[in-house]
Amino acid sequence: MSGELTAVAAEGGCHLSVGDCGFPAPGSEIFFFDEVASWTIFNTEISVTKPMILLWISAIVVIAVFVAAFRKAKVVPKGLQNVAEYGYLFVRDGIARDTIGKEGDRFVPLLFAFFFFIWMNNLMGIIPFAQFPVTSKFAIPVAFATIIYLAWVPLGIKRQGLGPFLKSMTMPPDVPKAMYVLLIPIEILSNFIVRPFTHSVRLFANMFAGHMLIATFSIAAWYLFPTDLISDPDALSFLGLLGSAASTVVTIALTGFEFGIQALQAYVFTLLAAVYLNDSVNAH
Amino acid sequence: MSLLAEVTGSLGSIGYGLAAIGPGIGVGIIFGQGVQAIARQPEAYGVIRQNMILGFALTEALALIGFVAPFVFGA
Repeated sequence: MSGELTAVAAEGGCHLSVGDCGFPAPGSEIFFFDEVASWTIFNTEISVTKPMILLWISAIVVIAVFVAAFRKAKVVPKGLQNVAEYGYLFVRDGIARDTIGKEGDRFVPLLFAFFFFIWMNNLMGIIPFAQFPVTSKFAIPVAFATIIYLAWVPLGIKRQGLGPFLKSMTMPPDVPKAMYVLLIPIEILSNFIVRPFTHSVRLFANMFAGHMLIATFSIAAWYLFPTDLISDPDALSFLGLLGSAASTVVTIALTGFEFGIQALQAYVFTLLAAVYLNDSVNAH
Repeated sequence: MSLLAEVTGSLGSIGYGLAAIGPGIGVGIIFGQGVQAIARQPEAYGVIRQNMILGFALTEALALIGFVAPFVFGA
């Protein structure tokens, strides 16, 4: 919860029955946190905020789980190793080999790390007490998308050479010559400029929207709750109770929905990374 | 020039509503055709599903940009 929400909760809350406070709809301010700690080193302020701590925790959790699973790897897997191997095979067969082909195995470490790190970061959105999807801070998907961009563009130039790579990226085959006047600018724009942007925005916006939805319905459940139900019960307070209960149910349902979206978005991000790498590895 | 019509209130919501029309149709087509393809060729389920999710993700981006834009440029 952000500063404003915590403040509202501490004051005894803003309820429909209490009076003229209006519905405290959440805005983008719920994505900004007060710093937990802050140092000044060489005139540069370095602050630690909740998303940073959650980012570290997700990195540690992912590393710990897979180290624990594969530290004493057995030929016949059991327990945690089984689960981890299933996850590994999902990325290797479902993403790398299906998209990139037989050269896909070289990129499995990159894709594997991205898939599980992003998934863990997304999962922070529904883990109690964390309850903030780290990827809903735009800087983090941007960093991820930048890594992928800096991987596939140099790789394509190295593998195919600058000329053929640009040709394969900007000149789709089997098109009338005159159309290239129109197509080349569009392809440059969509493949080299819009591509990293949408790659990061897709992940960010999904997590942002999901967190916002859950926040809206949680606040609605709190706001509609009739505080005067016992002291002064009337039709409005029963209506408020009904609305509050409905909002609570929707919050829980949305949490389940988000669980699915989080896995899907981690998959989509990794799949798109594989598709981009495929453009560099296999000329078309 | 006199004002003939004016839109006030939460313009971001209206913008999002407009931005969601195209992707809404697109996502519907993608999943509709995807289900049809799976029904015709159940053995190609894996490939179809992967491409279906890929197309869904590419289409959905537009609606999501529409969702985020009011927060970025609003207020």
